[in-house]
Amino acid sequence: MGLLVQEKDIVVPGEEVADGMDYLPSTGTYRDKEKVVSNRLGLVQINGRAIKIVPLTGRYLPKVGDTIIGKVVDVMMSGWRIDTNSAYTAMLSLAEASSDFIPKNANLTKYYGIGDYISCKISNVTSQMLIDISMRGPGLRKLTGGRIISVLPTKVPRIIGTQGSMVSMIKQATNTRIMVGQNGIVHISGDRIEDELLTIKTIRMVEENSHITGLTDMISKFLEEQTRGK
Amino acid sequence: MGYTKRFDGRKFDELREVEAKVGIIPRADGSAMFRIGKTVALAAVYGPKELYPRFMQNPQQGILRCSYNMMPFSSKGERVRPGQNRRAKEISYVTEKALRPVVDLSQFPNAVVDVFIELPQTDAGTRCAGITAAAMALADAGLTMKDLVCSVAVGNIDGTIVTDLMYDEEAYKDGPVADIPIAMIPSTGEITLLQLDGEISKDLLVKAIREAKAACLKINQIQRQALKQKYVK
Repeated sequence: MGLLVQEKDIVVPGEEVADGMDYLPSTGTYRDKEKVVSNRLGLVQINGRAIKIVPLTGRYLPKVGDTIIGKVVDVMMSGWRIDTNSAYTAMLSLAEASSDFIPKNANLTKYYGIGDYISCKISNVTSQMLIDISMRGPGLRKLTGGRIISVLPTKVPRIIGTQGSMVSMIKQATNTRIMVGQNGIVHISGDRIEDELLTIKTIRMVEENSHITGLTDMISKFLEEQTRGK
Repeated sequence: MGYTKRFDGRKFDELREVEAKVGIIPRADGSAMFRIGKTVALAAVYGPKELYPRFMQNPQQGILRCSYNMMPFSSKGERVRPGQNRRAKEISYVTEKALRPVVDLSQFPNAVVDVFIELPQTDAGTRCAGITAAAMALADAGLTMKDLVCSVAVGNIDGTIVTDLMYDEEAYKDGPVADIPIAMIPSTGEITLLQLDGEISKDLLVKAIREAKAACLKINQIQRQALKQKYVK
């Protein structure tokens, strides 16, 4: 009876995490008669009576309200089609594309061309996974210069850190501007190439060691070593 | 009863040496290797991603697409002609049917999850090794699955029930042989793949399935270990 695993244990699909009705299945788990069973590969998180599995891998699943970095894949009459790094593409309509006035019959490639990266916000997702995005809002713009890298979407919360602590630490140490999309696309721009490369190296390190406790200390130590004497 | 001792000295219910590893293909969303004796299966999972041509899309849920491929010089005998053949098509189909019951794709309408199974070296039991590797790869891809699928072949060699046949046993000449690949959902004991090639009596078949279930549970433990090993160093 009771819990069969501990907080932060790694569980695999089909593994029993709790026995009895004392615990409730949350995301990543399901109830099979008396048992709570995991249905994803991830870390156990216990919130009172609810057991949740925080996934370790997986593709991005679009959610309303997420700020993502997308890539323009098609330009149409009424807007742009944006790759969201998920299984589905999103639609950016003319009205949502810019705070500027876009005249009728304008050549839309003037604003965003194929291959451009943009930061945008998901405004609607239907049950059939038709996605609307918007670029109206602070900080939403076309991304110019810098570099784009993609990381595992499940690691994004660790890269950002609690209230942006990790990302602002990296920003400060490397002297770069970083924008992390919820979909795992990261835009990095700095004045020097070395700074950008160090940032990428650091982010890769966070990604690889995301499930380790004491990650922040490890990263700050690494950054200190790397930036010493500069 | 002609077959009293196995060619490689194993016990009748003993598996060959097993090795499993997860995350072997960095570019894939999920990947796994499963080796049982001399049979090696590599599985790579890509997706969920957009599915084209459009007529193949299912607006109610995502689809699973499996591809099984034996590499040209993988087996003991002749070189296999590369690419699809009748046998590979059938095995791809039964692999999909074996894996589909555990994978939940209801969140991914119109999308596809691709599973590629490659066999660089074979010594019987390839479809079972492929399914076992693919189940690990699907979990590694972060998909929602109610359980893993584990698979093993059992057989009847001249009246003796043996687990995990190798090629020499499959090709046993001095008596009737039956080769029975079985895939199972370990938590429920449900069978998702059951094929039979050869001759076997009803009583022996029941016994063989019982043996297969026990062996599958052993394989399931190895799958779980391999998945955790990727993160615990």
